[in-house]
Amino acid sequence: MERALFIRVKFTKTGAIRYIGHLDVMRYFQKCIRRAEIDVAYTGGFSPHQIMTFASPLSVGLESQAEYMDLKLNSLTSLQEIADALNAVSVPEIRIADVGLLPENAGNAMASVAAADYAVEFRTGKVPACLAEGSGQSALDPDKCRAVIDKLLARTEIPYTKVLKKGERILDLRPGILDFHFDEERCALFLRCDASSAGNIKPIQVLESICAMEGETLAQYALLVTRLEMYTRKPAAEGEENGELIPMIGICEEHLA
Amino acid sequence: MMKTDFLALPDEILLSIDKPERYIGHEVNAVVKDLSKVQVRFAMCFPDVYEIGMSHLGIQILYDMFNSFEDTWCERVYSPWTDLDQVMREKKIPLFALESQSPVKDFDFLGITIQYEMCYTNILQVLDLSQIPLESKDRTWDVPIVIGGGPCTYNPEPIADFFDLFYIGEGETQYRALLDLYKECRAKGESREGFLRKAGCLPGIYAPSLYDVTYNRDGTIASFDPRYPEMPRKIRKEIVGALDDTYYPMKPVVPYIKCTQDRVVLEIMRGCIRGCRFCQAGELYRPVRQRSVETLKRYAMEMLKNTGHEEISLSSLSSSDYTHLPELLDYLLEECSKRHINISLPSLRIDAFSLDVMSKVQDVKKTSLTFAPEAGSQRLRDVINKGLSEEVILSGAREAFEGGWTRVKLYFMLGHPGETDEDIVGIGDLANKIAAEFFDAVPKEKRVNGRVQIVVSTSFFVPKPFTAFQWAPQCSKEQFIEKAYTCRQGIASQLNQKSIKYNWHEADVSVLEGVLARGDRRLCKVIRRAYEKGCFYDAWSEYYHHDRWMESFAECGVDPDFYTVRERPDDEIFPWDFIDCGVSRKFLLQEWHNAKEGKVTDNCAEKCSGCGAASFGVGICFASRS
Repeated sequence: MERALFIRVKFTKTGAIRYIGHLDVMRYFQKCIRRAEIDVAYTGGFSPHQIMTFASPLSVGLESQAEYMDLKLNSLTSLQEIADALNAVSVPEIRIADVGLLPENAGNAMASVAAADYAVEFRTGKVPACLAEGSGQSALDPDKCRAVIDKLLARTEIPYTKVLKKGERILDLRPGILDFHFDEERCALFLRCDASSAGNIKPIQVLESICAMEGETLAQYALLVTRLEMYTRKPAAEGEENGELIPMIGICEEHLA
Repeated sequence: MMKTDFLALPDEILLSIDKPERYIGHEVNAVVKDLSKVQVRFAMCFPDVYEIGMSHLGIQILYDMFNSFEDTWCERVYSPWTDLDQVMREKKIPLFALESQSPVKDFDFLGITIQYEMCYTNILQVLDLSQIPLESKDRTWDVPIVIGGGPCTYNPEPIADFFDLFYIGEGETQYRALLDLYKECRAKGESREGFLRKAGCLPGIYAPSLYDVTYNRDGTIASFDPRYPEMPRKIRKEIVGALDDTYYPMKPVVPYIKCTQDRVVLEIMRGCIRGCRFCQAGELYRPVRQRSVETLKRYAMEMLKNTGHEEISLSSLSSSDYTHLPELLDYLLEECSKRHINISLPSLRIDAFSLDVMSKVQDVKKTSLTFAPEAGSQRLRDVINKGLSEEVILSGAREAFEGGWTRVKLYFMLGHPGETDEDIVGIGDLANKIAAEFFDAVPKEKRVNGRVQIVVSTSFFVPKPFTAFQWAPQCSKEQFIEKAYTCRQGIASQLNQKSIKYNWHEADVSVLEGVLARGDRRLCKVIRRAYEKGCFYDAWSEYYHHDRWMESFAECGVDPDFYTVRERPDDEIFPWDFIDCGVSRKFLLQEWHNAKEGKVTDNCAEKCSGCGAASFGVGICFASRS
């Protein structure tokens, strides 16, 4: 039997397109793939659909430098050709950043996503006092940020009440926060956290926890969040609890970027 | 921030409303031009929510046409949904066009397509949010020229006050001349009225503010005259002669959000040969003109390639009447199956050919077949000139059942002129006979779910201008409801009633639709009053407030019954008589008399009945008949 041909596509989602919901991004790509005439594999039956999977959905309003989609193909001439063909028919706000050939045993994008990086910025006038420079609410104060982050990370538990359709659930965010620091270059908060389907953490949950810790409430629509990267884990080596985190494209045997 | 990233609405608003995708533009194939190189900005509006408006083919055609003009940039505008509407009013945010995200009031033209009467209040919403004075008389050169088009402009009088101009007929022919006149007048510093006066002399263009109407004591129209001698007394609709030789959007805009029409739409022909007497579209779009099958094949492939849609639909009033349908469908079946593209086939007559095609493109177990007998008895079908006999319906249904279908939808209208209780009870009879056909055709062991499912839907008949029934009385709300009750009783008394489901429409909305359809200028103030009372999205039943409408009629001293329940005398002057749609009033009157006598009229493919549309010199009127 011929080996199934799966590719992983890394793409950006920026500008106005941040308002396109996850399901519509999927629909967008279905049409994009047909415009690009990519030899994608379809399911059978009366309403065949393209065989594709997306990694963790991005909330409406967030930008991303690294979204991932896996595609099953019937044939492939070159990865570059896929990237070029998709970019030629895509809107400027969605760019194909990388394409890789997935190894045979790789889990699909949705199942194998483990963590994500985010840059967290604030809308003008909505910086919480515990992070803000001076008495204004427009810029971050690096020292305050570092101090508050350290205080948060020093806690053994960070309980967070998640409001669900049916009642509430209390989560502990602490184990899912893998890295959290002030990024001087970007003048933003950098957060690496769990993005697996079981333990996904949203940046807003962490920022709300900070505000709660400092006796504040995070203003509505305060955050400007950009997803920077998504990771999967290598199989755990002996003696390791978890495998090493690598960017989702890194699992590919070959990729463009 | 990059210019292309600019959005008219701030993030806080976009994040707080439902479906922000409706308002951000940036779709595939949306046209963005360099403003510094554009002389005319045209905002094209469908006054309903984005998902509805984006599904409309006419706008896509005109969008393509305008943007093919180098000096013109056409952008799209839709009604903001109720949530955003409220925010825009509170924060005084002007309505904006999607492409540039800039205010509509800065445009040269605001074109509004008017597809159904129940969108009239949404027209006022769009004007109001755009910060354009609601009435033409209050506007200056500070705001765009507001021009209406589409089927409802065949009686533009109920909304005459709100428009500077109406374009009567198919948009492909006169817009270039209108834009040139506009540029010339603006360059010369012409007054707004001066421009309207000149525009009103272009073929197909109607400038309502430059006509005076007087009324008789009984409320009917006494006279309708242009204010200036050079202006036409009759305005003849514009049509495209050869459909192969006009604009068609090869790169339609592809929305992100799922729209009602999420597919390539291939318009195979305009017009309809059938001549059903209740049908306005059947008269307005005469004469029938077809696109050549070669053109359609090329269009289909190019549009599929440029949009990436996974479905293509044929569009026309009666696709089975398209001469080259088998050739076109064979081609599409072959090409589309290679590409995993579905074919959607609305408005096909059910016969051996269409069933064969449908079984190739649909899962027969999951889809239902649709028949539109429109009336329950043969007698009444003759009155409405619906050339569909019980025999044909039953044999079509039988073939469908033998082919594996188990679900049938039946569409009827209640309230046709001269309808009796027997006609209504006939609806149940027909549904029952179809069910019986199933039990007869399909042996017990082959019945998939054991039984057949027949869904009967009735809407209420609203007489429309430029039809044989423009003279006819419309039923009152009470009559409508009684008819629906009679119909339900008729179905409930059938042997196979367990296989028949019955749905009927709201009566209130049909009454109002009837008033607006055959109304005159005196309704402008009622519509405005209703809008001021908070009516809009009247086409959406959850937002329809019948009480507010009735209050508005009362407060304006206008009797809605005047426009609906009375039968109009043969010689009454109608508000829309100044429009020449090609089909003559004489022909329609003859059809009205034929209807009363139950006499059928041949369709255009069989025999020319001399409706008058031949005066356009094109289409089926000059084709050889079989």
